[in-house]
Amino acid sequence: MFETLILMLDATMRVSTPLIFAALAGLFSERAGIVDIGLEGKILGSAFAAAAAASVFGSAWIGLCFGIVASICLAMIHGFACITHRGDHIVSGVAINTIVAGLTVTLSMYWFGMGGQTPALVGDARFLDITFPFADAIASVPVIGPIYSNLLSGHNILVYLAFAMVPVTYWVIYKTRFGLRLRAVGENPHAVDTAGISVAFIRYRALIICGILCGLAGAYLSTAHNAGFLKDMSAGKGYMALAALIFGKWRPVPVLLACLLFGFLDAVAVRMQGVEIPGIGQVPVQAIEVLPYVLTVLLLAGFIGKAIGPKAIGRPYVKERA
Amino acid sequence: MPYAIELRDISKRFGAVQANKDICLQVPAGTIHGIIGENGAGKSTLMSIIYGFYEADTGHIEVDGKRVDIRSSQDAINAGIGMVHQHFMLVENFSVLENVILGAEGGAVLKNGIGAARLELQRLAHEYSLDIDVDAIVEELPVGLQQRVEILKALYRGARILILDEPTGVLTPQEADHLFRILKALKEQGVTVLLITHKLREIMASTDNVSVMRQGEMVAHRETVNTSTEDLAELMVGKKVRLTVHKDDAQPSDVLLSAKNLSQFDSQGVKRLKNVSLELRAGEILGIAGVSGNGQSELLNVLSGITPMDEGEIHFAGQVINAKAPKNAAQMRDLKMAHVPEDRHKMGLVTGFEAYEAAVLGYHNSPVYNGKILMNRKAMLDECNERMAAWDVRPPNPHLKTANFSGGNQQKIVIAREVEQNPEVLLIGQPTRGVDIGAIENIHEQIVKLRDSGKAILLVSVELDEIMALSDRIIVMFDGAVVGELDAKDADERTLGLMMANAFNEEEGVSA
Repeated sequence: MFETLILMLDATMRVSTPLIFAALAGLFSERAGIVDIGLEGKILGSAFAAAAAASVFGSAWIGLCFGIVASICLAMIHGFACITHRGDHIVSGVAINTIVAGLTVTLSMYWFGMGGQTPALVGDARFLDITFPFADAIASVPVIGPIYSNLLSGHNILVYLAFAMVPVTYWVIYKTRFGLRLRAVGENPHAVDTAGISVAFIRYRALIICGILCGLAGAYLSTAHNAGFLKDMSAGKGYMALAALIFGKWRPVPVLLACLLFGFLDAVAVRMQGVEIPGIGQVPVQAIEVLPYVLTVLLLAGFIGKAIGPKAIGRPYVKERA
Repeated sequence: MPYAIELRDISKRFGAVQANKDICLQVPAGTIHGIIGENGAGKSTLMSIIYGFYEADTGHIEVDGKRVDIRSSQDAINAGIGMVHQHFMLVENFSVLENVILGAEGGAVLKNGIGAARLELQRLAHEYSLDIDVDAIVEELPVGLQQRVEILKALYRGARILILDEPTGVLTPQEADHLFRILKALKEQGVTVLLITHKLREIMASTDNVSVMRQGEMVAHRETVNTSTEDLAELMVGKKVRLTVHKDDAQPSDVLLSAKNLSQFDSQGVKRLKNVSLELRAGEILGIAGVSGNGQSELLNVLSGITPMDEGEIHFAGQVINAKAPKNAAQMRDLKMAHVPEDRHKMGLVTGFEAYEAAVLGYHNSPVYNGKILMNRKAMLDECNERMAAWDVRPPNPHLKTANFSGGNQQKIVIAREVEQNPEVLLIGQPTRGVDIGAIENIHEQIVKLRDSGKAILLVSVELDEIMALSDRIIVMFDGAVVGELDAKDADERTLGLMMANAFNEEEGVSA
């Protein structure tokens, strides 16, 4: 039983990693007042760019850089539409998702001719798992052993980076000048403008950070979690991250917990596949997979506390006074 | 001595509208300078130019005798100009401290600057008697204190010239008095204050000099001691205006509406309306005076059927309305009760509608406006044209979106809609809020005319002048309850002010 739990928590960490990156990406964007339904597209775009570059150059790190650049480019398109031209955030985000879904497959067929996949990545082209010192030595120690060597040790660098990003995000958002301005811009951009700060510049910078984090999420999917790009491999992770962002009320630590909860449910779903539960029978995987969304809807309906987002979210900033 | 700020031939045009034309203004350092004008006279545009929101088409600005280029708010701040906007520019869920340091955080990491800011704020608070809890969350502060945060913000950024745009619009009379004391203190410390307002009394009470704007032009400069309210009013509107309403004595007859022990609780369970009883007679105007937020809005909402009452009953048009047998707003309308809501943008109009559509809201099911299946657009348009002519709505264009009319003209559209239905009872909230003097006069006349035709009017207003000028009888509300009633003839500002602060009886007790 204990071992099963450790295995499931281990899976939770792996599954949660892209959610954490993407949800934090959404946090930067949305706290600055930009709705980002395009997380999904940015993850997918980055996953493709990372896998393609990694297979060509044979380096996961170069792949990661390409993934991040691709994702930042998409974020800038979103910014150009929403900030510079005051377009509708949802329309722009959905457009990005749609374009990326088609473009990645088209490009990969054109470049690699493998039916929408990239070549399988081997060796340095993937982020490999890191084994902590003495992990093997203490693996047999009861309780601590499995926790240390199976749960904490043995993940790739991006997993650790995702968890490290949570305190970093917290610090940036709450303890720095940039964070103060970012939060202010999402609440009342007029206040920021009259204080002599450029609203557009802050929002663009927020979107660049959002792009970097989505880039990490995508690169993780294709060069760490899997060994190559597959068609539509983001599989709704961007939307789930958005749900986690709302579920965590746009705050870093609760968002982390929401990501872990959703990741855990995912791990449970995989584990429950085909398993008979006495008295109930086989639980369809979909019933568990839908839980994150059901929980988010319940939250939004006001059953689990209140989710109050940034006030100015989704509204283009127009300089003229109200 | 150079002027603290000097404007030279500032002009600004928005499309076809000349918002500012060759504006010249000289403000001596360390004075309070009033700028007065009707809504739409170009005051706010001018201030926006000074604060770097807009760039002037021609002309330039000098600060302390030196020409400055102001292209952004940052430039204005650097030139020592601070602004307190009519709608506060505060981040509501930030603390006072966070709001004040926004834009001048003193380093990339907040920790370094925030300690220094705390000390500096304490010094400023002490120096100008602007006491405030710097860790309080702004949205939890009353409006008067929020405004204080705005002033502190400007001072913290080193403002030597402070612009206040309609600062008393949202304040209670007591808060407004306090504000003027603060402005005097600022002046003594050498700060130059520019006060934008359309309230003549404030200009007379607090300024050293006053400049008058009309239709985008600066029409006069006066020393306040050498002018009078009437003089300024005339300059503002360009014609003689009456500041008092001429009306005959009321001839109240039958009771049309009576309310007994009305109470209402909000969603948190707080009693917002406390056992309010009142009678409203045909042929009279009953004024409800009170500091904003003391239950007047709740009273209007309960009487008009927008929110159900929790206790008490209303007798109206032969019906008894209580918590068990409530009537909604549409049903109250059918009983010939009309309602001009306090906030015309939120409740009175759909600002995206064209005027002729907004002019039938609430009566849109009336057979007059409907054919068998579709609405009768021609009937709506014809009626709207007629009303616009009768009520002098400008521009008289029924297809203009209501958002694009000025405040006064929007209000005329709403009042015309309600009054032209020939109601028995008219509830009217803040009829002249944000309305310019010319339109105020017109609206007041229409209200008196309705009274003289034997209708009953319940007037809620936070403008004491308005309450005293229009009402035949005055009820004062405080903290959700009625604390006093008096004949309008016996009412003066001091008595009402004390009653509104619920200090009347105590003070009488002391002086007796």
